[in-house]
Amino acid sequence: MQTKGKVFKYPDNVDTDVIIPARYLNTSDAAELSKHCMEDIDAEFVNKLSSGDVIVAGWNFGCGSSREHAPLVIKTSGVGCVIAKSFARIFYRNAINIGLPILECEQAAEEICAGDEVSVDFDTGVITNITTNKTYQAQPFPEFIQNIIKSGGLLASLK
Amino acid sequence: MAMTMTQKILAHHAGMENVCAGQLISAKLDIVLGNDITTPVAINEFNKAGFSEVFDKDKIAIVLDHFVPNKDIKAAEQSKKCREFSCSHCISHFYDVGKMGIEHALLPEQGVVTAGDCIIGADSHTCTYGALGAFSTGVGSTDMAAGMATGMAWFRVPSAIKINLTGKLSKNCSGKDVILTLIGKIGVDGALYRSMEFTGEGVKTLSMDDRLCICNMTVEAGAKNGIFPVDDITREYLKNRCERTPVEYTADEDAVYDEVIEINLSEIVPTVSCPHLPENTHPAAELSHIKIDQVVIGSCTNGRMEDMEAAYNVLKGKKVATGVRCIIIPATMEIYRECIVRGYTTAFVDAGAVVSTPTCGPCLGGYMGILAAGERCIATTNRNFVGRMGHTESEVYLASPQTAATSAISGYITAPEEGE
Repeated sequence: MQTKGKVFKYPDNVDTDVIIPARYLNTSDAAELSKHCMEDIDAEFVNKLSSGDVIVAGWNFGCGSSREHAPLVIKTSGVGCVIAKSFARIFYRNAINIGLPILECEQAAEEICAGDEVSVDFDTGVITNITTNKTYQAQPFPEFIQNIIKSGGLLASLK
Repeated sequence: MAMTMTQKILAHHAGMENVCAGQLISAKLDIVLGNDITTPVAINEFNKAGFSEVFDKDKIAIVLDHFVPNKDIKAAEQSKKCREFSCSHCISHFYDVGKMGIEHALLPEQGVVTAGDCIIGADSHTCTYGALGAFSTGVGSTDMAAGMATGMAWFRVPSAIKINLTGKLSKNCSGKDVILTLIGKIGVDGALYRSMEFTGEGVKTLSMDDRLCICNMTVEAGAKNGIFPVDDITREYLKNRCERTPVEYTADEDAVYDEVIEINLSEIVPTVSCPHLPENTHPAAELSHIKIDQVVIGSCTNGRMEDMEAAYNVLKGKKVATGVRCIIIPATMEIYRECIVRGYTTAFVDAGAVVSTPTCGPCLGGYMGILAAGERCIATTNRNFVGRMGHTESEVYLASPQTAATSAISGYITAPEEGE
Protein backbone atom coordinates (compact mmCIF):
# COMPACT_ATOMS: atom_id res chain seq x y z
CA MET A 1 0.00 0.00 0.00
CA GLN A 2 1.45 3.34 -1.03
CA THR A 3 0.44 6.95 -1.14
CA LYS A 4 1.94 10.10 -2.63
CA GLY A 5 0.84 13.66 -2.05
CA LYS A 6 1.42 16.98 -0.42
CA VAL A 7 1.73 17.49 3.31
CA PHE A 8 -0.69 19.17 5.69
CA LYS A 9 1.19 19.85 8.90
CA TYR A 10 -0.33 20.19 12.37
CA PRO A 11 1.04 20.59 15.92
CA ASP A 12 1.01 18.33 19.01
CA ASN A 13 -2.21 17.12 20.64
CA VAL A 14 -4.56 17.42 17.67
CA ASP A 15 -7.79 16.25 19.31
CA THR A 16 -10.76 14.42 17.82
CA ASP A 17 -13.00 17.42 18.55
CA VAL A 18 -11.12 19.52 15.99
CA ILE A 19 -10.86 16.58 13.57
CA ILE A 20 -14.64 16.18 13.58
CA PRO A 21 -16.58 18.53 15.88
CA ALA A 22 -19.31 16.84 17.96
CA ARG A 23 -21.93 19.22 16.57
CA TYR A 24 -21.87 17.10 13.40
CA LEU A 25 -22.06 13.74 15.17
CA ASN A 26 -25.82 13.51 14.87
CA THR A 27 -25.18 11.36 11.80
CA SER A 28 -22.99 8.34 11.10
CA ASP A 29 -22.91 8.96 7.33
CA ALA A 30 -19.19 9.04 6.51
CA ALA A 31 -19.50 11.07 3.30
CA GLU A 32 -21.56 13.76 5.01
CA LEU A 33 -19.26 13.84 8.04
CA SER A 34 -16.13 14.11 5.92
CA LYS A 35 -17.24 17.52 4.60
CA HIS A 36 -16.25 18.78 8.07
CA CYS A 37 -12.91 16.99 8.38
CA MET A 38 -10.38 19.08 10.37
CA GLU A 39 -12.84 21.99 10.29
CA ASP A 40 -12.03 23.45 13.71
CA ILE A 41 -8.25 23.41 13.23
CA ASP A 42 -8.11 24.19 9.50
CA ALA A 43 -11.36 25.40 7.96
CA GLU A 44 -9.93 25.22 4.42
CA PHE A 45 -8.61 21.65 4.76
CA VAL A 46 -11.28 19.87 2.72
CA ASN A 47 -11.07 22.45 -0.07
CA LYS A 48 -7.29 22.20 -0.35
CA LEU A 49 -7.01 18.41 -0.02
CA SER A 50 -6.28 16.13 -2.96
CA SER A 51 -6.66 12.38 -2.76
CA GLY A 52 -3.49 10.75 -1.42
CA ASP A 53 -2.29 13.79 0.54
CA VAL A 54 -0.60 13.19 3.87
CA ILE A 55 -1.21 14.61 7.35
CA VAL A 56 1.96 15.12 9.42
CA ALA A 57 1.59 16.00 13.09
CA GLY A 58 3.35 16.06 16.45
CA TRP A 59 2.79 14.07 19.64
CA ASN A 60 -0.49 12.50 20.75
CA PHE A 61 -2.43 12.88 17.48
CA GLY A 62 -6.13 12.05 17.89
CA CYS A 63 -6.39 12.58 21.63
CA GLY A 64 -9.73 13.01 23.36
CA SER A 65 -13.00 11.39 22.42
CA SER A 66 -13.15 7.78 21.21
CA ARG A 67 -15.23 8.78 18.20
CA GLU A 68 -14.31 6.49 15.32
CA HIS A 69 -15.78 9.20 13.13
CA ALA A 70 -12.35 10.92 13.43
CA PRO A 71 -10.18 8.37 11.56
CA LEU A 72 -13.19 7.66 9.36
CA VAL A 73 -13.51 11.25 8.08
CA ILE A 74 -9.76 11.45 7.51
CA LYS A 75 -9.90 8.25 5.46
CA THR A 76 -13.11 9.15 3.62
CA SER A 77 -11.91 12.62 2.69
CA GLY A 78 -9.00 11.02 0.79
CA VAL A 79 -6.00 11.36 3.11
CA GLY A 80 -3.48 8.67 2.17
CA CYS A 81 -1.64 8.41 5.47
CA VAL A 82 -1.19 10.13 8.83
CA ILE A 83 2.37 10.43 10.13
CA ALA A 84 2.82 11.58 13.74
CA LYS A 85 5.36 11.50 16.54
CA SER A 86 2.79 9.50 18.52
CA PHE A 87 -0.93 8.72 18.43
CA ALA A 88 -3.45 8.74 21.26
CA ARG A 89 -4.26 5.11 21.98
CA ILE A 90 -7.95 4.97 21.01
CA PHE A 91 -7.28 6.80 17.74
CA TYR A 92 -4.38 4.40 17.03
CA ARG A 93 -6.65 1.42 17.62
CA ASN A 94 -9.52 2.86 15.60
CA ALA A 95 -7.27 3.69 12.65
CA ILE A 96 -6.05 0.08 12.54
CA ASN A 97 -9.57 -1.28 12.95
CA ILE A 98 -10.99 0.75 10.05
CA GLY A 99 -7.91 0.58 7.81
CA LEU A 100 -6.61 4.16 7.89
CA PRO A 101 -2.84 3.99 7.26
CA ILE A 102 -0.91 5.60 10.15
CA LEU A 103 2.80 5.67 10.93
CA GLU A 104 4.74 6.76 14.01
CA CYS A 105 8.02 8.47 13.09
CA GLU A 106 9.40 11.23 15.27
CA GLN A 107 12.10 12.42 12.90
CA ALA A 108 9.86 12.54 9.85
CA ALA A 109 7.17 14.38 11.79
CA GLU A 110 9.78 16.85 12.99
CA GLU A 111 11.47 17.56 9.66
CA ILE A 112 8.78 17.32 7.01
CA CYS A 113 7.20 20.71 6.25
CA ALA A 114 3.76 21.80 5.18
CA GLY A 115 3.44 21.65 1.39
CA ASP A 116 6.30 19.14 0.93
CA GLU A 117 5.67 16.34 -1.55
CA VAL A 118 6.05 12.95 0.15
CA SER A 119 5.56 9.33 -0.73
CA VAL A 120 4.84 6.66 1.85
CA ASP A 121 5.19 2.91 1.55
CA PHE A 122 2.89 1.69 4.25
CA ASP A 123 4.06 -1.93 4.07
CA THR A 124 7.74 -1.16 4.65
CA GLY A 125 7.22 2.02 6.69
CA VAL A 126 9.54 3.98 4.41
CA ILE A 127 8.65 7.66 4.13
CA THR A 128 10.30 9.66 1.32
CA ASN A 129 10.28 13.43 1.28
CA ILE A 130 10.47 14.06 -2.49
CA THR A 131 10.89 17.82 -1.96
CA THR A 132 14.06 17.41 0.15
CA ASN A 133 15.05 13.98 -1.18
CA LYS A 134 15.29 12.50 2.32
CA THR A 135 13.97 9.15 3.54
CA TYR A 136 12.80 8.00 6.96
CA GLN A 137 12.05 4.59 8.42
CA ALA A 138 8.90 4.43 10.55
CA GLN A 139 8.23 1.83 13.25
CA PRO A 140 6.76 -1.29 11.66
CA PHE A 141 3.54 -2.68 13.21
CA PRO A 142 3.64 -5.91 15.24
CA GLU A 143 2.60 -8.96 13.21
CA PHE A 144 -0.69 -9.30 15.10
CA ILE A 145 -1.71 -5.83 13.96
CA GLN A 146 -0.37 -6.33 10.44
CA ASN A 147 -2.72 -9.29 10.16
CA ILE A 148 -5.71 -7.13 11.06
CA ILE A 149 -4.66 -4.60 8.44
CA LYS A 150 -4.01 -7.27 5.78
CA SER A 151 -7.46 -8.75 6.41
CA GLY A 152 -9.01 -5.36 5.70
CA GLY A 153 -9.86 -4.34 9.26
CA LEU A 154 -10.85 -5.91 12.54
CA LEU A 155 -14.25 -7.30 11.59
CA ALA A 156 -12.96 -8.81 8.37
CA SER A 157 -10.15 -10.45 10.37
CA LEU A 158 -12.71 -12.18 12.59
CA LYS A 159 -14.42 -13.94 9.73
CA MET B 1 6.27 -13.04 37.36
CA ALA B 2 4.89 -10.15 39.39
CA MET B 3 1.92 -8.35 37.87
CA THR B 4 0.12 -5.05 38.37
CA MET B 5 -3.59 -5.08 39.26
CA THR B 6 -4.51 -4.34 35.63
CA GLN B 7 -2.25 -7.11 34.34
CA LYS B 8 -3.84 -9.62 36.73
CA ILE B 9 -7.35 -8.81 35.52
CA LEU B 10 -6.23 -9.05 31.89
CA ALA B 11 -4.39 -12.34 32.48
CA HIS B 12 -7.46 -13.87 34.09
CA HIS B 13 -9.72 -12.75 31.25
CA ALA B 14 -7.26 -14.07 28.68
CA GLY B 15 -7.18 -17.44 30.47
CA MET B 16 -3.48 -17.10 31.20
CA GLU B 17 -1.40 -17.54 34.34
CA ASN B 18 0.79 -14.60 33.53
CA VAL B 19 1.01 -11.67 31.17
CA CYS B 20 3.68 -9.05 30.77
CA ALA B 21 3.73 -5.48 29.50
CA GLY B 22 3.74 -5.23 25.71
CA GLN B 23 2.21 -8.68 25.17
CA LEU B 24 -0.74 -8.87 22.76
CA ILE B 25 -3.65 -10.84 24.17
CA SER B 26 -7.25 -11.62 23.43
CA ALA B 27 -9.48 -11.21 26.49
CA LYS B 28 -13.04 -12.14 27.42
CA LEU B 29 -15.33 -9.17 28.04
CA ASP B 30 -17.81 -8.80 30.90
CA ILE B 31 -19.51 -5.70 29.49
CA VAL B 32 -19.48 -4.04 26.07
CA LEU B 33 -20.83 -0.48 26.14
CA GLY B 34 -21.94 2.08 23.59
CA ASN B 35 -23.89 5.34 23.43
CA ASP B 36 -26.16 7.13 20.95
CA ILE B 37 -23.21 8.54 18.98
CA THR B 38 -20.94 5.50 18.82
CA THR B 39 -23.48 2.65 18.74
CA PRO B 40 -25.05 3.54 15.35
CA VAL B 41 -21.58 3.25 13.76
CA ALA B 42 -21.06 -0.07 15.57
CA ILE B 43 -24.44 -1.35 14.38
CA ASN B 44 -23.49 -0.48 10.77
CA GLU B 45 -20.23 -2.41 11.15
CA PHE B 46 -21.94 -5.33 12.94
CA ASN B 47 -24.49 -5.68 10.14
CA LYS B 48 -22.00 -5.05 7.33
CA ALA B 49 -19.80 -7.88 8.63
CA GLY B 50 -22.80 -10.18 8.49
CA PHE B 51 -23.28 -10.91 12.20
CA SER B 52 -26.81 -11.77 13.20
CA GLU B 53 -26.48 -12.55 16.92
CA VAL B 54 -24.86 -10.76 19.85
CA PHE B 55 -22.59 -12.90 22.05
CA ASP B 56 -24.62 -12.30 25.22
CA LYS B 57 -27.62 -10.00 25.54
CA ASP B 58 -26.87 -9.50 29.26
CA LYS B 59 -23.32 -8.29 28.69
CA ILE B 60 -24.05 -5.40 26.37
CA ALA B 61 -25.04 -1.94 27.60
CA ILE B 62 -26.47 0.67 25.23
CA VAL B 63 -27.10 4.06 26.79
CA LEU B 64 -28.72 7.00 25.00
CA ASP B 65 -27.08 9.97 26.71
CA HIS B 66 -25.25 12.34 24.38
CA PHE B 67 -28.10 13.98 22.49
CA VAL B 68 -31.23 12.96 24.43
CA PRO B 69 -34.02 13.94 24.74
CA ASN B 70 -33.12 14.23 21.07
CA LYS B 71 -31.86 17.62 19.98
CA ASP B 72 -32.81 17.32 16.31
CA ILE B 73 -34.15 14.96 13.66
CA LYS B 74 -30.79 13.38 12.83
CA ALA B 75 -30.08 12.65 16.51
CA ALA B 76 -33.57 11.16 16.78
CA GLU B 77 -32.77 8.83 13.88
CA GLN B 78 -29.57 7.74 15.64
CA SER B 79 -31.46 6.99 18.86
CA LYS B 80 -34.10 5.12 16.89
CA LYS B 81 -31.44 2.93 15.37
CA CYS B 82 -30.04 2.08 18.83
CA ARG B 83 -33.54 1.43 20.15
CA GLU B 84 -34.45 -0.93 17.31
CA PHE B 85 -31.17 -2.84 17.57
CA SER B 86 -31.54 -3.17 21.36
CA CYS B 87 -35.11 -4.38 20.96
CA SER B 88 -34.37 -6.90 18.22
CA HIS B 89 -31.41 -8.36 20.16
CA CYS B 90 -33.23 -8.18 23.55
CA ILE B 91 -30.36 -6.15 25.09
CA SER B 92 -30.93 -6.24 28.88
CA HIS B 93 -29.04 -3.05 29.69
CA PHE B 94 -30.65 -0.64 27.24
CA TYR B 95 -31.32 2.78 28.77
CA ASP B 96 -33.69 5.18 27.06
CA VAL B 97 -35.14 8.55 28.13
CA GLY B 98 -36.78 8.28 31.55
CA LYS B 99 -34.42 5.54 32.63
CA MET B 100 -31.15 6.73 31.17
CA GLY B 101 -28.31 8.64 32.74
CA ILE B 102 -24.87 9.64 31.60
CA GLU B 103 -23.35 6.22 30.93
CA HIS B 104 -20.37 6.42 33.29
CA ALA B 105 -22.49 7.56 36.20
CA LEU B 106 -25.29 5.15 35.33
CA LEU B 107 -23.48 1.83 34.93
CA PRO B 108 -21.82 1.82 38.37
CA GLU B 109 -25.00 3.16 39.99
CA GLN B 110 -27.15 0.45 38.44
CA GLY B 111 -24.68 -2.29 39.25
CA VAL B 112 -24.05 -3.17 35.60
CA VAL B 113 -20.28 -3.08 36.20
CA THR B 114 -18.35 -4.45 39.14
CA ALA B 115 -14.93 -5.18 40.61
CA GLY B 116 -12.72 -7.52 38.60
CA ASP B 117 -14.57 -6.93 35.32
CA CYS B 118 -12.93 -6.53 31.93
CA ILE B 119 -14.93 -3.85 30.13
CA ILE B 120 -14.73 -2.02 26.83
CA GLY B 121 -16.89 0.93 25.90
CA ALA B 122 -17.17 2.97 22.74
CA ASP B 123 -16.64 6.12 24.73
CA SER B 124 -13.27 7.37 25.91
CA HIS B 125 -14.41 7.88 29.50
CA THR B 126 -15.14 4.18 29.93
CA CYS B 127 -11.98 4.19 32.08
CA THR B 128 -14.25 5.49 34.89
CA TYR B 129 -15.06 2.00 36.23
CA GLY B 130 -11.48 1.47 37.34
CA ALA B 131 -12.73 3.15 40.52
CA LEU B 132 -14.53 -0.11 41.31
CA GLY B 133 -11.39 -2.19 40.79
CA ALA B 134 -12.24 -3.19 37.21
CA PHE B 135 -10.17 -3.05 34.03
CA SER B 136 -12.13 -0.72 31.83
CA THR B 137 -11.09 1.16 28.73
CA GLY B 138 -12.43 3.24 25.86
CA VAL B 139 -12.42 1.90 22.32
CA GLY B 140 -14.05 2.79 19.00
CA SER B 141 -17.22 1.62 17.34
CA THR B 142 -15.58 -1.19 15.36
CA ASP B 143 -14.19 -2.67 18.59
CA MET B 144 -17.66 -2.37 20.07
CA ALA B 145 -19.13 -4.22 17.06
CA ALA B 146 -16.51 -6.97 17.36
CA GLY B 147 -17.09 -7.12 21.13
CA MET B 148 -20.85 -7.44 20.69
CA ALA B 149 -20.36 -10.24 18.17
CA THR B 150 -17.63 -12.26 19.87
CA GLY B 151 -17.42 -11.14 23.52
CA MET B 152 -13.67 -10.69 23.03
CA ALA B 153 -11.23 -7.85 22.42
CA TRP B 154 -7.52 -7.65 21.70
CA PHE B 155 -5.26 -5.66 23.99
CA ARG B 156 -1.62 -4.83 24.27
CA VAL B 157 -0.92 -5.44 27.97
CA PRO B 158 -0.05 -2.04 29.42
CA SER B 159 2.80 -1.14 31.73
CA ALA B 160 1.78 1.11 34.61
CA ILE B 161 2.46 4.28 36.51
CA LYS B 162 1.89 3.94 40.23
CA ILE B 163 0.30 6.93 41.91
CA ASN B 164 0.94 6.79 45.62
CA LEU B 165 -1.64 8.84 47.51
CA THR B 166 -0.96 10.10 51.03
CA GLY B 167 -2.68 12.65 53.27
CA LYS B 168 -6.28 13.83 53.07
CA LEU B 169 -8.03 16.43 50.92
CA SER B 170 -9.06 19.71 52.52
CA LYS B 171 -12.78 20.50 52.51
CA ASN B 172 -12.59 22.83 49.53
CA CYS B 173 -11.08 20.13 47.30
CA SER B 174 -12.41 16.96 45.69
CA GLY B 175 -11.35 14.19 43.36
CA LYS B 176 -11.50 16.65 40.45
CA ASP B 177 -8.72 18.76 41.93
CA VAL B 178 -6.63 15.61 42.37
CA ILE B 179 -6.92 14.46 38.76
CA LEU B 180 -6.48 17.98 37.33
CA THR B 181 -3.33 18.40 39.44
CA LEU B 182 -2.04 15.05 38.24
CA ILE B 183 -2.72 15.82 34.55
CA GLY B 184 -1.03 19.20 35.03
CA LYS B 185 1.98 17.34 36.39
CA ILE B 186 2.38 14.62 33.74
CA GLY B 187 0.69 16.20 30.70
CA VAL B 188 -2.02 15.04 28.30
CA ASP B 189 0.14 12.18 27.02
CA GLY B 190 2.02 11.55 30.26
CA ALA B 191 0.41 8.12 30.68
CA LEU B 192 0.00 7.27 26.98
CA TYR B 193 -0.78 3.56 26.41
CA ARG B 194 -0.27 2.89 30.15
CA SER B 195 -2.30 2.16 33.29
CA MET B 196 -2.53 4.60 36.14
CA GLU B 197 -2.74 2.54 39.32
CA PHE B 198 -3.74 4.47 42.42
CA THR B 199 -2.57 3.19 45.75
CA GLY B 200 -1.40 4.29 49.19
CA GLU B 201 -2.79 5.37 52.53
CA GLY B 202 -4.67 8.27 50.95
CA VAL B 203 -7.00 5.98 49.01
CA LYS B 204 -9.23 5.28 51.99
CA THR B 205 -9.90 9.00 52.44
CA LEU B 206 -11.43 9.27 48.97
CA SER B 207 -15.15 8.60 48.48
CA MET B 208 -16.40 6.45 45.61
CA ASP B 209 -17.58 9.59 43.78
CA ASP B 210 -14.06 11.04 44.10
CA ARG B 211 -12.54 7.82 42.75
CA LEU B 212 -14.99 7.64 39.84
CA CYS B 213 -14.11 11.24 38.94
CA ILE B 214 -10.36 10.56 39.16
CA CYS B 215 -10.50 7.42 37.00
CA ASN B 216 -12.85 9.16 34.56
CA MET B 217 -10.19 11.69 33.58
CA THR B 218 -7.18 9.33 33.43
CA VAL B 219 -7.82 9.25 29.66
CA GLU B 220 -7.01 12.98 29.59
CA ALA B 221 -3.46 11.95 30.52
CA GLY B 222 -3.52 9.48 27.64
CA ALA B 223 -3.91 6.45 29.94
CA LYS B 224 -5.40 3.17 28.83
CA ASN B 225 -7.07 2.81 32.20
CA GLY B 226 -7.07 4.09 35.74
CA ILE B 227 -7.64 1.71 38.63
CA PHE B 228 -8.15 1.78 42.40
CA PRO B 229 -7.67 -1.12 44.82
CA VAL B 230 -10.82 -2.69 46.24
CA ASP B 231 -11.41 -1.71 49.88
CA ASP B 232 -14.30 -1.35 52.31
CA ILE B 233 -15.57 1.76 50.52
CA THR B 234 -15.75 -0.25 47.26
CA ARG B 235 -17.44 -3.21 48.97
CA GLU B 236 -19.98 -0.94 50.62
CA TYR B 237 -20.71 0.75 47.29
CA LEU B 238 -21.14 -2.55 45.43
CA LYS B 239 -23.33 -4.13 48.13
CA ASN B 240 -26.95 -4.67 47.02
CA ARG B 241 -26.17 -2.88 43.80
CA CYS B 242 -24.33 -5.30 41.64
CA GLU B 243 -25.99 -8.20 39.91
CA ARG B 244 -22.79 -10.20 39.56
CA THR B 245 -20.27 -11.30 42.18
CA PRO B 246 -17.37 -8.87 42.43
CA VAL B 247 -13.88 -10.34 42.10
CA GLU B 248 -11.08 -8.64 43.98
CA TYR B 249 -7.63 -8.40 42.44
CA THR B 250 -4.56 -6.92 44.09
CA ALA B 251 -1.28 -5.88 42.54
CA ASP B 252 1.70 -8.03 43.48
CA GLU B 253 3.91 -6.31 46.02
CA ASP B 254 6.89 -6.61 43.71
CA ALA B 255 5.00 -5.55 40.57
CA VAL B 256 7.12 -3.40 38.27
CA TYR B 257 6.04 0.17 37.52
CA ASP B 258 7.46 2.54 34.89
CA GLU B 259 7.44 5.29 37.48
CA VAL B 260 5.98 6.18 40.85
CA ILE B 261 4.29 9.53 41.40
CA GLU B 262 3.74 10.78 44.94
CA ILE B 263 0.62 12.86 45.57
CA ASN B 264 0.04 14.30 49.03
CA LEU B 265 -3.70 14.97 49.09
CA SER B 266 -3.22 17.49 51.91
CA GLU B 267 -1.27 19.71 49.53
CA ILE B 268 -3.90 19.75 46.76
CA VAL B 269 -5.53 23.15 46.19
CA PRO B 270 -8.64 24.04 44.13
CA THR B 271 -7.34 23.68 40.57
CA VAL B 272 -8.54 24.89 37.17
CA SER B 273 -7.48 23.75 33.69
CA CYS B 274 -7.27 26.74 31.38
CA PRO B 275 -7.91 26.61 27.61
CA HIS B 276 -7.19 24.66 25.48
CA LEU B 277 -5.68 21.56 27.09
CA PRO B 278 -6.50 19.76 30.36
CA GLU B 279 -2.79 19.88 31.31
CA ASN B 280 -2.86 23.68 31.42
CA THR B 281 -3.60 23.77 35.15
CA HIS B 282 -3.39 26.65 37.61
CA PRO B 283 -4.54 27.17 41.20
CA ALA B 284 -8.07 28.62 41.01
CA ALA B 285 -6.97 31.39 43.37
CA GLU B 286 -4.64 32.78 40.68
CA LEU B 287 -7.42 33.15 38.12
CA SER B 288 -9.76 35.51 39.97
CA HIS B 289 -9.47 38.13 37.19
CA ILE B 290 -11.18 35.84 34.67
CA LYS B 291 -14.80 36.79 34.07
CA ILE B 292 -17.19 34.05 33.06
CA ASP B 293 -20.40 33.94 31.04
CA GLN B 294 -21.52 30.41 31.82
CA VAL B 295 -21.19 27.67 34.41
CA VAL B 296 -21.88 23.98 33.73
CA ILE B 297 -22.09 21.55 36.65
CA GLY B 298 -22.61 17.98 35.50
CA SER B 299 -21.16 15.41 33.03
CA CYS B 300 -19.76 11.89 33.46
CA THR B 301 -16.93 13.49 35.41
CA ASN B 302 -18.92 15.48 37.97
CA GLY B 303 -22.66 14.89 37.78
CA ARG B 304 -22.89 12.53 40.75
CA MET B 305 -24.68 13.01 44.07
CA GLU B 306 -21.66 14.39 45.93
CA ASP B 307 -21.16 16.87 43.10
CA MET B 308 -24.77 18.02 43.39
CA GLU B 309 -24.33 18.27 47.14
CA ALA B 310 -21.19 20.37 46.72
CA ALA B 311 -23.03 22.70 44.34
CA TYR B 312 -25.99 22.90 46.73
CA ASN B 313 -23.82 23.77 49.71
CA VAL B 314 -22.39 26.71 47.79
CA LEU B 315 -25.53 27.92 45.98
CA LYS B 316 -28.23 27.55 48.67
CA GLY B 317 -29.61 30.94 49.64
CA LYS B 318 -27.30 32.70 47.17
CA LYS B 319 -27.80 34.16 43.70
CA VAL B 320 -25.98 33.41 40.47
CA ALA B 321 -24.20 36.61 39.35
CA THR B 322 -26.02 38.83 36.88
CA GLY B 323 -24.94 37.98 33.35
CA VAL B 324 -23.95 34.40 34.21
CA ARG B 325 -25.92 31.38 32.98
CA CYS B 326 -25.61 28.47 35.39
CA ILE B 327 -26.62 25.05 34.05
CA ILE B 328 -26.83 22.10 36.43
CA ILE B 329 -27.21 18.57 35.08
CA PRO B 330 -27.63 15.65 37.47
CA ALA B 331 -26.05 12.68 35.71
CA THR B 332 -28.74 10.03 36.21
CA MET B 333 -32.46 9.92 36.85
CA GLU B 334 -31.80 8.55 40.34
CA ILE B 335 -29.58 11.55 41.10
CA TYR B 336 -32.11 13.87 39.44
CA ARG B 337 -34.85 12.49 41.67
CA GLU B 338 -32.69 12.68 44.79
CA CYS B 339 -31.95 16.36 44.03
CA ILE B 340 -35.72 16.98 44.06
CA VAL B 341 -36.28 14.99 47.27
CA ARG B 342 -33.45 16.77 49.09
CA GLY B 343 -34.61 20.21 47.95
CA TYR B 344 -31.48 20.86 45.89
CA THR B 345 -33.48 21.51 42.73
CA THR B 346 -35.54 24.23 44.44
CA ALA B 347 -32.37 25.81 45.82
CA PHE B 348 -30.71 25.74 42.39
CA VAL B 349 -33.72 27.36 40.72
CA ASP B 350 -34.04 29.92 43.51
CA ALA B 351 -30.38 30.79 42.97
CA GLY B 352 -31.12 31.48 39.31
CA ALA B 353 -29.66 28.29 37.85
CA VAL B 354 -31.40 25.95 35.40
CA VAL B 355 -31.62 22.20 36.01
CA SER B 356 -31.68 19.79 33.08
CA THR B 357 -32.50 16.11 32.86
CA PRO B 358 -29.38 13.94 32.36
CA THR B 359 -27.45 14.58 29.15
CA CYS B 360 -23.85 14.92 27.97
CA GLY B 361 -25.14 17.90 25.90
CA PRO B 362 -22.89 20.90 26.63
CA CYS B 363 -19.72 18.97 27.56
CA LEU B 364 -19.09 18.02 23.95
CA GLY B 365 -20.73 21.06 22.39
CA GLY B 366 -23.82 19.12 21.41
CA TYR B 367 -26.59 21.31 22.82
CA MET B 368 -27.98 22.64 26.15
CA GLY B 369 -25.40 25.36 26.67
CA ILE B 370 -23.40 26.09 23.51
CA LEU B 371 -21.01 29.04 23.70
CA ALA B 372 -20.80 31.97 21.26
CA ALA B 373 -17.51 33.49 20.05
CA GLY B 374 -15.59 35.10 22.87
CA GLU B 375 -17.65 33.52 25.66
CA ARG B 376 -16.12 31.78 28.66
CA CYS B 377 -17.45 28.87 30.66
CA ILE B 378 -16.23 27.27 33.85
CA ALA B 379 -17.34 23.67 33.70
CA THR B 380 -17.02 20.50 35.76
CA THR B 381 -16.62 18.60 32.48
CA ASN B 382 -13.46 16.91 31.22
CA ARG B 383 -12.16 18.63 28.07
CA ASN B 384 -11.36 22.20 27.14
CA PHE B 385 -10.17 21.71 23.56
CA VAL B 386 -10.73 24.39 20.90
CA GLY B 387 -14.44 24.53 20.12
CA ARG B 388 -15.31 21.80 22.63
CA MET B 389 -18.40 23.62 23.97
CA GLY B 390 -19.25 25.70 20.92
CA HIS B 391 -17.54 28.40 18.89
CA THR B 392 -13.82 27.91 18.21
CA GLU B 393 -13.23 31.30 19.83
CA SER B 394 -15.00 30.34 23.05
CA GLU B 395 -13.15 29.12 26.14
CA VAL B 396 -13.72 26.32 28.65
CA TYR B 397 -12.11 26.24 32.10
CA LEU B 398 -12.28 22.87 33.87
CA ALA B 399 -12.89 22.82 37.62
CA SER B 400 -14.55 21.02 40.52
CA PRO B 401 -18.26 21.49 41.30
CA GLN B 402 -17.33 23.55 44.36
CA THR B 403 -15.12 25.90 42.35
CA ALA B 404 -17.66 26.14 39.52
CA ALA B 405 -20.53 26.94 41.90
CA THR B 406 -18.45 29.49 43.81
CA SER B 407 -17.55 31.13 40.50
CA ALA B 408 -21.24 31.20 39.47
CA ILE B 409 -21.97 33.49 42.41
CA SER B 410 -19.07 35.90 41.88
CA GLY B 411 -19.12 35.90 38.08
CA TYR B 412 -15.35 35.39 38.08
CA ILE B 413 -13.27 32.26 38.55
CA THR B 414 -13.19 31.93 42.33
CA ALA B 415 -11.60 29.35 44.60
CA PRO B 416 -13.92 27.96 47.26
CA GLU B 417 -12.77 28.94 50.71
CA GLU B 418 -11.28 26.42 53.08
CA GLY B 419 -14.05 24.95 55.20
CA GLU B 420 -16.81 26.32 52.99
